[in-house]
Amino acid sequence: MRTRTGLSGRARREEILLMGRHVVLIEDEPNITEAIRFLLTRDGWSVDAHTDGATAVEVIRDADPDLVILDLMLPGKSGLEIVRELRAESAMQTLPVLMLTARGQMRDREMAEKAGVTRFMTKPFSNAEVLTAVRDLHAQAGQG
Amino acid sequence: MARDTLTGSRIRERRLILGLRQAELAREAGISASYLNLIEHNRRRIGGKLLVGIAGVLGVEPSMLSEGAEAALISTLREAAADSGVPVAELDRVDEFAGRFPGWAEVLASGHRRIATLERTVETLSDRLTHDPNLAASVHEVLSTAAAIRSTASILAETGELEPEWRDRFHKNLNEDSLRLSESSRALVSFLDEGDTGEDRRGMPQEEAEAFLQASRFHFPALEEDAAAPEDLVRDAPELVSEAARSLARAALEQYQADARAMPLPALSRQIRSGGLDPVALARQFGCSLPVVLRRLAALPEEVLGREAGLVICDASGTLLFRKPVTGFAMPRFGASCPLWPLYTALVRPHVPVRRSVVQQGRNAAAFDCMAVAWPLEIPDFGADPLYRAVMLILPGGQEAQDPQPVGASCRVCPRQGCPARREPSILKEEF
Repeated sequence: MRTRTGLSGRARREEILLMGRHVVLIEDEPNITEAIRFLLTRDGWSVDAHTDGATAVEVIRDADPDLVILDLMLPGKSGLEIVRELRAESAMQTLPVLMLTARGQMRDREMAEKAGVTRFMTKPFSNAEVLTAVRDLHAQAGQG
Repeated sequence: MARDTLTGSRIRERRLILGLRQAELAREAGISASYLNLIEHNRRRIGGKLLVGIAGVLGVEPSMLSEGAEAALISTLREAAADSGVPVAELDRVDEFAGRFPGWAEVLASGHRRIATLERTVETLSDRLTHDPNLAASVHEVLSTAAAIRSTASILAETGELEPEWRDRFHKNLNEDSLRLSESSRALVSFLDEGDTGEDRRGMPQEEAEAFLQASRFHFPALEEDAAAPEDLVRDAPELVSEAARSLARAALEQYQADARAMPLPALSRQIRSGGLDPVALARQFGCSLPVVLRRLAALPEEVLGREAGLVICDASGTLLFRKPVTGFAMPRFGASCPLWPLYTALVRPHVPVRRSVVQQGRNAAAFDCMAVAWPLEIPDFGADPLYRAVMLILPGGQEAQDPQPVGASCRVCPRQGCPARREPSILKEEF
């Protein structure tokens, strides 16, 4: 299987291991994906971007990333369902997950926390906020 | 102060409206001015011939003086007191307030009705904002596009050296997203504006439809004679502001027209004159179902029926879909009505006609003859649960029954103690 970068899965994983920091981004809004990919790539991250919620758990499991950025409302499967499934796997229990959503009510935050989301960010967010959150989460995971 | 002790206040009020001096009225009625003064200040009870005489001089029915016309008004005032959330010390003097200051009481009651209407509108809109999937999708679309624009624009603004390929791509994205944002925000605004085009400022659609029916006193000669279509009557009716209300009124008139065709007015009038007001006999005579007969009787002019008639129709949830008021029988404007109404007895026993003499709790405690029946909306299909509605004709009278069934309007304003059907405590402490 070839990824969006044009490399085979194995070659991609090797490239990722060389680069060090790897994030999986699941977001169905292509221009948000484009902007986040640009930002994080410049910050030294390798970014694997996907749009489908239904295959997200499998993608994350295979990629074994340092961090996941997830939209809440995704086609196929919601961000909350994806996080619940991830947290059910022992290897994924400490994986940092940053959730992006247009729904910022307290109830949504509580549900996200309960599902196992590490940080919750409402749209529209600033690039600086995303970058800071990604760096913080990665640093905290490294300390843990 | 009890309702029947306010007769004097009503006499005084009516006399003052007519510009009569106390001495003049007293002379006409054949009593002394000082005695009339005592009556007018509710210090002497009045009834019998003297009441009839004074009513004659004042040009009103004696019942207008003895009972007043404030039952519905008082019921609304009690609701207003309950909804205020503030303990009203003078609740037991609500009759006196309505009797002495009818104008101010009506102002307060209309304010309460207006508040209730607005609260319903707020509830509807909140519900719409919270649960409407189209609105949620629209808001999500706007915020997602705004997030994309914000991220892209800040990359363009804050990144010093940007490769031409990336710059062009972000410019293109920005252009696409700004177009998308303008479209989605316009769609969102028109969605929110939909309910605020002046259409529903008057109140709830059911209230508009009822005001429309009330304006014709629930009788439509053009439909009786098949001289107009329901749409013609609805189209330019000033009471019908919203499309929802026009739709409700149109449906009511279509039912009216079908009932009128099944039981034409001339034949029905003759039958009532010769055979009296017997719904079952009328159903047999015209080959109609009982619901048609009950609806039809309520739509007749008072001079044909020989008395006033009220009608209520509910669906299987008990929600009142149609209300034709009748003097002395309080019907709640909002919320659920008394579950003891024969209407609901009929609802749980479909097809079985239910006739009860009822008396609504309260000081005037008038009796009503209620006839109700529930029927399936459509011909029931195998394996499908039929949808039932119930209708109840309410006729003043029914005093001949030995033991009329006590009922209320709604629990909040019902004083009946120990009622097994009570849903919530009453605001009335006293037992009438």
